[in-house]
Amino acid sequence: MSITDPTTAIEAVFRIEFARLVAGLTRFVGDVGLAEELAQDALVDALVQWPEHGTPRNPGAWLMTVGKRKAIDRFRRDRNLDDKYAQLGRDGESHEPRSAAPPGTHGSFEDHIDDDVLRLMFVACHPMLPVAARTALTLRLVGGLTTAEIARAYLEPEATVKQRILRAKRAIAKAGVPFEVPEGEDRAARLGSVLEVVYLIFNEGYSATAGTDWTRPALCAEGLRLGRGLAELAPDDAEVHGLVALMEIQSSRLHARRGPDGEPVLLHEQDRHRWDRLLINRGLAALDRVRALDGSRGPYALQAAIAACHAVAFRVEDTDWPRVVTLYGELSEIAPSPIVELNRAVAVSMAFGPDAGLDLVDQLGASGTLDGYHLLYGVRGDLLEKLGRPIEAAAEFRRAAALTQNGSERQLLAERADALQPIE
Amino acid sequence: MRFLGYTLGDESAPIPPPSPELFEAMGTLLEDATKAGVLVATGGLAPTSMAAKITLKDGEFTVVDGPFTEAKELIGGWALMECRDLAEAIEWSKRFVAVIGEGEVRVRPADAVWDEDGGYGPE
Repeated sequence: MSITDPTTAIEAVFRIEFARLVAGLTRFVGDVGLAEELAQDALVDALVQWPEHGTPRNPGAWLMTVGKRKAIDRFRRDRNLDDKYAQLGRDGESHEPRSAAPPGTHGSFEDHIDDDVLRLMFVACHPMLPVAARTALTLRLVGGLTTAEIARAYLEPEATVKQRILRAKRAIAKAGVPFEVPEGEDRAARLGSVLEVVYLIFNEGYSATAGTDWTRPALCAEGLRLGRGLAELAPDDAEVHGLVALMEIQSSRLHARRGPDGEPVLLHEQDRHRWDRLLINRGLAALDRVRALDGSRGPYALQAAIAACHAVAFRVEDTDWPRVVTLYGELSEIAPSPIVELNRAVAVSMAFGPDAGLDLVDQLGASGTLDGYHLLYGVRGDLLEKLGRPIEAAAEFRRAAALTQNGSERQLLAERADALQPIE
Repeated sequence: MRFLGYTLGDESAPIPPPSPELFEAMGTLLEDATKAGVLVATGGLAPTSMAAKITLKDGEFTVVDGPFTEAKELIGGWALMECRDLAEAIEWSKRFVAVIGEGEVRVRPADAVWDEDGGYGPE
């Protein structure tokens, strides 16, 4: 489709406006599912009218007005929703565009539209929903992706994604999840759920679990965009900036993480000239915001600080490994996990030698907490290789290869094994 | 995908200083683009009267002070945007130029690299 095709242009406008449109309509009608339908109906009108009458100066306002009118039309027709309509009438909600909005801008159309988008994020990421549902719903309602796009991103059938989103919307309606930003004790947990979803989206793109692509840049970009937006909507939450810092810095390595044939390139082997310094600087700036909010000990902030240690080292040898070890130590106190321990073992091996690292890895292996996790064996293989024990190392790499679900990674591990112990 | 949008102008046809309304409208737009996670970086360039031109030829540097009145197309303002595709970048660029009121904006992909065959494409 040509870039000058009017449908393409209108769909781009729609995608840009979608989150605000759904958020504003949700506040208007009290239900995300209905809001989404109304938004889609408004798009249908736009596709008919804009090619004929021209794109409005304030497309967001136009879509919102049309969406609200359609809402009122529906309520008029549906006697069961009479109460809701009466409620709308009583709220005295104006559905005419404010004439003060200057041409070319859309931000001033709705009061508190940012708050509404934030509310929408909290609803879409509600912990009562399974994680896959939260992800799909967020990508759909806040990201504005079509179900086809979401399905493609996750290598799933579109019908599956549609069903998942439908069930999620029904569950939210049935549970009567309020359209609000959680406060007080509730907020930390609910925000945690939002951050988890955003990072899951990002991570799916950063190190794809399924399929043969090592990275899927579009999903990374989506996660990063959602995070950046969230940082503007919830600027006083340090962990939001921590997550953004982490994603900016990890994104900076996207081009360096893949080799010419799409194979994975590990951190210590990446060509650091290919790291995007603009993104690194954005990540460091986000970490400054974390510090300004006294949030340096949050789990995302700590991971970001670790990523920053790598990011500011122009060569692997320049990495401040002792600091990385310290940061992993803090992380293992705040958010302990076997994976954090594994990473800490790697850092220890870099700071204090492969022997020290292997001791930690063996302890982890003995604990059984990482059984079946391919990286445990990958790390063990790497350390054994450094200690001059190639046969054992090859065995570990083969174990790792058998366990990973990512095709590119499997190949990389198999190659490392074969290099150490060629199969006759 | 990253895109660079930039305005082009002709210094012989000077643009009047921005009105308070324009400043406010631009501020709102930049805010909206930032909230959408789209705006990565932005800036404006001073007129060429404040510029320097550096040429290297036959191993010799030549430095010339502006203004460069012979230049017909000069970059004025620029914005680096993170968009899903060119269509979105075009839409945001439209909004930038709509705030200014009139003029030309170009939008170019900004995260592609040259590959070994001399082609240009996203990684």
